[in-house]
Amino acid sequence: MSLLLAAEAHFATEGGFFVDTAGIMLILPFLAFGAILAFGKKLPNQGGEIAVAALAINCIWAVTLFIQNMVSPVVTERVIEIGRIGSNLSFELGWVVDGLSVMMYFLVNVVGLLVFIYALGYMHGDRRVPWFFAAFSLFAGAMLILVAAPNLIQLILGWEGVGLASYFLIGFYWEDMANVKAGNKAFMVNKLADVGLLLGAAILGVVMGTFSFSEMEHLAVSGDTALAGVAVVAGLLLFFGAMGKSAQFPLHIWLPDAMAGPTPVSALMHAATMVTGGIYLMARTFPLFQNLATDARTLMVVIGTITLFGIGFLALVADDIKKVLAYSTVSQLGYMMTAVAAGGYTAGVFHLFTHAFFKALLFLGAGSVIHAVHSNNMSDMGGLKKHMPTTYWTFVIGSLALAGIFPLAGFWSKDEILVTLGHEGWTTVMWIAIAGAFVTAFYMARAIALTFHGTYKGHGHPHESPPVMTRPLIALAIPSVLFGLLNIPGVEWPGIGNFTQWLGVRGVAMGDHHAEGIDFFVAGVGLVAGILGLLLGWMIFSKDRETQQARDRFEVPLLYPLLRRGYYLDDVADGVTYVTMGPLARFANWTNTYIFDGIVNAAGGLTMLLGRFVYNGLDQRGVDGIVHGLTAATDGAGTVMRKWQSGRVQQYAAAFVGGAIVLAAVFMFVI
Amino acid sequence: MTVIQFVILGAALFSFGVYGLLVRRNLVLVLLSVELMLAAVNINLVAFESMLATSELLGQVFTVFVITVAAAEVGIGLAIILMIFRNRQSANADELTLMRW
Amino acid sequence: MTFADWIAEPVNWAFLAIALPTLFCGFRVVTARNVVHAALFLVATMGGVAALFLLLSAEFVAWALVLIYVGAVIILLLFGIMITRAPTGIDWTLSGEQQIIPGVLALALFALITWASLEAFGTSTLTVVGEGSSTELLGRMLVTRFVIPFEVVGFVLLGALIGGITIARRDLTPLEEEQRGAV
Repeated sequence: MSLLLAAEAHFATEGGFFVDTAGIMLILPFLAFGAILAFGKKLPNQGGEIAVAALAINCIWAVTLFIQNMVSPVVTERVIEIGRIGSNLSFELGWVVDGLSVMMYFLVNVVGLLVFIYALGYMHGDRRVPWFFAAFSLFAGAMLILVAAPNLIQLILGWEGVGLASYFLIGFYWEDMANVKAGNKAFMVNKLADVGLLLGAAILGVVMGTFSFSEMEHLAVSGDTALAGVAVVAGLLLFFGAMGKSAQFPLHIWLPDAMAGPTPVSALMHAATMVTGGIYLMARTFPLFQNLATDARTLMVVIGTITLFGIGFLALVADDIKKVLAYSTVSQLGYMMTAVAAGGYTAGVFHLFTHAFFKALLFLGAGSVIHAVHSNNMSDMGGLKKHMPTTYWTFVIGSLALAGIFPLAGFWSKDEILVTLGHEGWTTVMWIAIAGAFVTAFYMARAIALTFHGTYKGHGHPHESPPVMTRPLIALAIPSVLFGLLNIPGVEWPGIGNFTQWLGVRGVAMGDHHAEGIDFFVAGVGLVAGILGLLLGWMIFSKDRETQQARDRFEVPLLYPLLRRGYYLDDVADGVTYVTMGPLARFANWTNTYIFDGIVNAAGGLTMLLGRFVYNGLDQRGVDGIVHGLTAATDGAGTVMRKWQSGRVQQYAAAFVGGAIVLAAVFMFVI
Repeated sequence: MTVIQFVILGAALFSFGVYGLLVRRNLVLVLLSVELMLAAVNINLVAFESMLATSELLGQVFTVFVITVAAAEVGIGLAIILMIFRNRQSANADELTLMRW
Repeated sequence: MTFADWIAEPVNWAFLAIALPTLFCGFRVVTARNVVHAALFLVATMGGVAALFLLLSAEFVAWALVLIYVGAVIILLLFGIMITRAPTGIDWTLSGEQQIIPGVLALALFALITWASLEAFGTSTLTVVGEGSSTELLGRMLVTRFVIPFEVVGFVLLGALIGGITIARRDLTPLEEEQRGAV
């Protein structure tokens, strides 16, 4: 059905008012940016209302287009030529209206609006509020330019724009040097990756004679020989760019540090939208990978799998609640990348869609907690459930969705990825992804237990956040529960179809596999993994102790059996002994102590060990080691080159002039 | 008249400018040398315009632009020199070794 | 075309009469031992360049050059000289000690450009010399085909103006502000 739809839609050029005027969405945030800088200071909310108003107007277009795409889909683009290189390589700006971009408009504007409203409360009374909202609007505009891009050039424009806004906002509290360094790190890592994107775009542009995505799709589907020749190289270069933006191993190192920014920034940019830019690029150029660059996809799946499994472990040992969520985001981005690379266009993008809602919800919930206790560390929290009921329940909903519990959004999208991996022949990867789901559930249980249960360990009196912050939480909790139902395999909702069909509205057929019905085996295994992870995490971390560190500390069973038995005999087993009597009691006690606890502790302990190993061994020594090695090499080279570096401008200028003369002479006499 | 006589004159003025740029210690004089180089470029542009006789007067249009940008450059350059002088009590190029690590 | 043919054209006498003093002044700009003299030699050089433009019937550009450079830029540079308290008398340290390498570089550059242009243009002659005025066409071009670059350049100037003010402005120290408030 969806393939047929896509083929027909290609010829449709109509669209109506909202398609013709969708460009307004790209302009309004920039107008808001200027307006906030100009007179944001004088307004009661310091410019926040302008940013909210701009996105609210955008939402009219975004929601209308989203609904229009359900009932009468069109594939079209509106472009204006800005310039030309040579005679035929034109450079155009404009906007695309098709299933993928409409979905992204919806995501960026709706999640963005909720986060902006939340930020009104979160940033109230903070430093430089006008600048915050100005930079945030700048981000929204750049992100919309990115997702609206009809060609690679506009995509790069938006890509760099969101990078710039990200740099501004990570270093928002620049009084602290660490935040400045985090911003720099994010910028540098992204720039490194951008080299790949630029080279890939240049190769594609020169070979195809156009930067346009729609023409690239047709060339890819028709198997153009010139494009086929460079497809693997160009595809890998594009993928390298996506690795930076979407924080794939080993370029993920910037994302945890990026949590230095204000929490709404982390929610919108570093979880819901900006970091999915790389996935979006892969989805946008999907026909290239699906038809021509098939050899590149193996590497992409491997990188994605390492990311989804390896990085998820790091969330187990992080104390900063935002870092737990950041590592979780990296892991989820790994799922999306693996899915898209394995050929699951719909699966990857659907997970992007649902993830945006529940991860934004989790970050905003974490922000609400941070707002209340004035600390990022879970060691300063605990027992917040009774102080902040709304935050607690919405956070639990987000966690369950992330853990993939039926029937929340994450269950459906993660199931779709697992099914796709299985269908495309990546069975091993599928099992790794299921194990990853287990880890995901485990660390979310830990985060909930340490944050909301037990007794409060921080200072001051925590209180529920104001309605301006809790209402966006509730608004995000609803799609986190319901939006999975949009894409139940094989189910078409009357009149609107399902997400797979909406997403299939592209210029060419994507040719990815769609399941006809629910695969109960895979769904069941995935669900069981999630539930087991939650239960195990709950059993280990829910106990209240003297300090949060003691709750968090989990001794390895073989090394500290006595200590562990002390904990468990006192707690779990005693309760059972009081109720039952005689040999049955002793048997139950024994079972509990040695078998049940043993299994629980062994599994938990192994998971923790692995987590620590990945964190200490791979992340801290391996990746950071490479970075430090490079630094040391640069340092050594610098010492040698130092003699040449007199600091006298005119010596440099002389060298420059000499170099220019030599070059000119070479061009004249040699070439 | 030939075009080459203007080009050689331009080349000579440009080379003077390069020489001044490299040897002058006072930053204002460095700026002066840059102006000399820009004037040499303008001579070339106008001369080539006369040679090619384009219907759109490209050479002269660009000369106008070069002059405008040069004026902007002098303004900014002097502001920077002023700033340097205020902070370091010197406007000599060889005393500014801040670019050294 | 031989040198004798070339020198026989009267317009080339005019060229030499303008070009040789211009060259001399340009040379003195970079060698003068007095800062103010260097600036004044630049005035003369610019005057010479403007005269050459007139010879090439580019009168608008010529007068623009005179107005902007002689009228504005040089004044600005002289202010710069005064404000930075450069020694206005003869100063033998105005140029650095290291002059050989820059000299060689400048000579090499001159040789390279001259050789390349001789190769490329040789004896190409100029066509529109002495023909009427080109100002009308220039004005038309600036507001039709080149109107966007023209506006952009205007913005560049505005940006430079604001940037210059921002860079050169000095915030008052608290003590100075207090004194100013007292007065």
